[in-house]
Amino acid sequence: MSAMSQTNQQVYNYGIVRMFAVMAIIWGVLGMSAGVYIALELTWPLFNFDTAAITFGRLRPVHTTLVIFGFGGSALFATSYYIVQRTCQVRLSSDFLASLTFWGWQLAVGLAALSYMAGYTQAREYAEMVWPIDILIAVTWVIYLIVFVHTLARRSQPHIYVANWFFVAFILATAVLHIFNNMEVPISVFSLKSYSLHAGVQDAMTQWWYGHNAVGFFLTAAFLGMMYYFVPKQAGRPVYSYRLSIIHFWALVFLYMWVGAHHLHWTALPDWTSTLAATFSILLLLPSWGGMINGIMTLSGAWDKLRNDPVIRFLIVALSFYGMSTFEGPLMSLKSVNALSHYTDWTIGHVHSGTLGWVSMVTFGSFYHLIPRLWETKMYSDRLIFLHFWLSTIGIVLYISAMWVAGVGQGLMLRAFDEYGNLAYTFIETVEFLKNPYAVRAFGGMFFLAGMIIMAYNVFMTIRQSRVERVALEARLAAKLANV
Amino acid sequence: MKHEKIETHAGLLIALTLIVISIGGLVEIVPLYFIDSTVEKVKVSGLDTVRPYTPLELRGRDIYQREGCYLCHSQMIRPFRDEKLRYGHYSLAAESKYDHPFQWGSKRTGPDLARVGKKYSNEWHVQHLIAPRSVVKESIMPNYSWLIKTPLQFNDIADRLRALRLVGVPYSATQQEYDDNVKRFGEEVAKQLDITEAEDNLIQEAVSHNYDGITAEITEMEALVAYLQVLGTMVDFKQFDDGYFATFR
Repeated sequence: MSAMSQTNQQVYNYGIVRMFAVMAIIWGVLGMSAGVYIALELTWPLFNFDTAAITFGRLRPVHTTLVIFGFGGSALFATSYYIVQRTCQVRLSSDFLASLTFWGWQLAVGLAALSYMAGYTQAREYAEMVWPIDILIAVTWVIYLIVFVHTLARRSQPHIYVANWFFVAFILATAVLHIFNNMEVPISVFSLKSYSLHAGVQDAMTQWWYGHNAVGFFLTAAFLGMMYYFVPKQAGRPVYSYRLSIIHFWALVFLYMWVGAHHLHWTALPDWTSTLAATFSILLLLPSWGGMINGIMTLSGAWDKLRNDPVIRFLIVALSFYGMSTFEGPLMSLKSVNALSHYTDWTIGHVHSGTLGWVSMVTFGSFYHLIPRLWETKMYSDRLIFLHFWLSTIGIVLYISAMWVAGVGQGLMLRAFDEYGNLAYTFIETVEFLKNPYAVRAFGGMFFLAGMIIMAYNVFMTIRQSRVERVALEARLAAKLANV
Repeated sequence: MKHEKIETHAGLLIALTLIVISIGGLVEIVPLYFIDSTVEKVKVSGLDTVRPYTPLELRGRDIYQREGCYLCHSQMIRPFRDEKLRYGHYSLAAESKYDHPFQWGSKRTGPDLARVGKKYSNEWHVQHLIAPRSVVKESIMPNYSWLIKTPLQFNDIADRLRALRLVGVPYSATQQEYDDNVKRFGEEVAKQLDITEAEDNLIQEAVSHNYDGITAEITEMEALVAYLQVLGTMVDFKQFDDGYFATFR
C-alpha cells in the first residue's frame, strides 16, 4: 500500500491538488463567515457600524465571490486536476502552467474581495470584479483550459472518463460566459472604473445568461464531474448507467444555456425570451434528475455504508439536495410562481439549498475521500466528520425553511388587498415581518459555518499527523539502515 | 455516430460541446439587438424624453453602484396591480436604454426605486441616507453618513462621458453630434450632454439645485440625491394613449 501510493505521489502532480484543496477550505471559512456577518446585518443593521467597507452592499459581493469562486472554484481546480490525472493515468501536462493557475486564481479572488470593500465594482451580480481582475481571470482560465486539454490529449486510456466531459463543458462554458459578459470600456487606463458594453434590456439578458450559467456550469456541471468520480469510488461500485450519463450530459449542457431569462420574468425583457427560458427550465428537470438518479443508483446496494461511512452520507445528502433544488428551480421559473417568488428571499433560499445542500456537501464528501489520499494518512477524526455532517445538515434545514417563510410570506403580504381594494400592507410592514426569519437564517448559517471550521481543524490536524507519521517512518528507515 | 467516437477524441468532444453550449445564448441574446419593438419609442412632440444622465446624475449613479444599492433595491416595476399601486406604471425597456450596466436588480430587501424620483423631497433623501431609522423606524438599511462628508470627485467626469459615448450613449464630442442632440432631445438637454462642458455643467447643476443642502462644497450626497430624483421621471405617461406601450410587449 505504502509503496504503491509512493509511486502515485511521484507519478501524479498531487502538490497542486493539495494547494488548491487547502485554499478551498480557507476561502470556505472566510466566505461563509462573510455570509453569516451580512445575515446579521440584515437582522440587526447595527452591524454595519457606519463603516463603508463593511456595509451590506459592499460585503455581499465579498461573500458571493469568496464562496463561489474562492471555495467552489478552488475545490473544482483541486478535484478536476486530481480526477483528470487519475482517470487518464498521466501526470498534468505542465506543473509550471498548473501552478500559474493556482496563483492567478488566488490573486483574483483575494483582490476582488478587497476591491469590493474599497468600493470598486462593476455592479453586475456575480461578475462584480473590475476590469483588470477580469483580464487576470480570463488569462488564468485559458491556461487552465490548456493544462486540462493537454493532459486529456496525453491520456494513456483510449476513453475520456465521464467526469472529464463535465469538466470540459464547465471550463469552456465559463470562458465563453466570462468573456462575453464582461465586455466593458474602462474610463481610462489608470482607472478601475468601467462601463459595460451592453445597456438596459440587452445587458440584463446577457448578465442573466451569465448569472444562471455560473450556476449551471460552475456550480452544477463541474460538481457533477466531482460526483461522477467520487461517488463510484467511495461506493466501490461502477456508475449505474453509462447511457444515462451520455443523455444526461448532452441534455444538461444544451438546455442550461437557455434558461437565464427566467430571472427576468415580467420585466421589460420581451415576453418571447422569458417564455422560451421558462420552457427550457421545465425541460431541464429531466437531465437534472437523470444525473441525480444516476448518482443515487450508483450508491444503491451500498446502503449499509450509510451507517458508518461519513463520506457516503455527505454524498447522498448532496444528491438529495441536488434533486430537490433542481425541482424547485423549474417550479420557480413558472411565470405565475415567479410573480410571487421573484425579488423575495425565496430565491435566496433556493440558491442556498443548491449551494449549501449540493455544492458544499458534495465538496465535503469528496474532500474527506481525497484529503487522506493526498497526504497519505487517515483523517484525524471520524467523529468530527460526523459532527460536521450534522451541523451542516441542521444549518441548511434552518436556512432554507427560514427563507421559505420569509419569501412566501413577504410575497403574499405584498400582493394582499383590503376589502376596499387598497394595498393591505406597506412595504416596511413586510420588512418587520422578516425580522424573525432573518434571525433564524443567521442562526442556520452559524451552524453551517461551525461545521466548516470543524472541517478546517480536522484537515489541519490530518496534515500535521501526516508529517509526524512521515518523520517517524523516516526515523525507522534510518534506524534500519544503521543496523545493516 | 457512436458516442464512443466522441469520448475517444478530445478535439471532437470540445468542438461539439462548444456548439451545443452556444445555441441558447445566440437565439436569446442576438435578436434583442435587431427586433425593433424590443425598446419602446418614447417621443413627445418629436423629441426623445428618455435622455442620458447629466454629469451630476451620472456621478450619483456611480456612487449608487459603488455602495451596492442594486443588491437590495430593484429598478424594475412589473405589470401587476399591487406594484402599480405601490410604485407606479410598469417599467419600460426604454427607461434603462442608457444604463451601462442595467440596475434592474434581483432582490427587494428595500422597495423598488424605478420611480422614486420626485416622490420625496431632497431633505428627506439626505436625512434618510444619513440615518434611515430616523425617518423609517423599522428600516434595516445601513446608515450612509459618510456621503455628505465626502467631497465629490469629478475631475475625470469627461473621461466617464467619453467611455459611455464609446459604448453608444449620445454624449456629444463634436459640433455635429451636439447639433444632432439638439434635434433629438432639444437644446436644454443637448447642452447637458456636451462632453466639453461636462465639468462646468456638473458644478452648475449642483449649485443651482443644491440637492444636499450644503453650499460650501459638492458632496457625494449631492450626486446620489440628484440621481435618485431623476429615476423614473423621464416618461410622462399622460402624454401617451392607454394601449400604446402594450403594443411593444
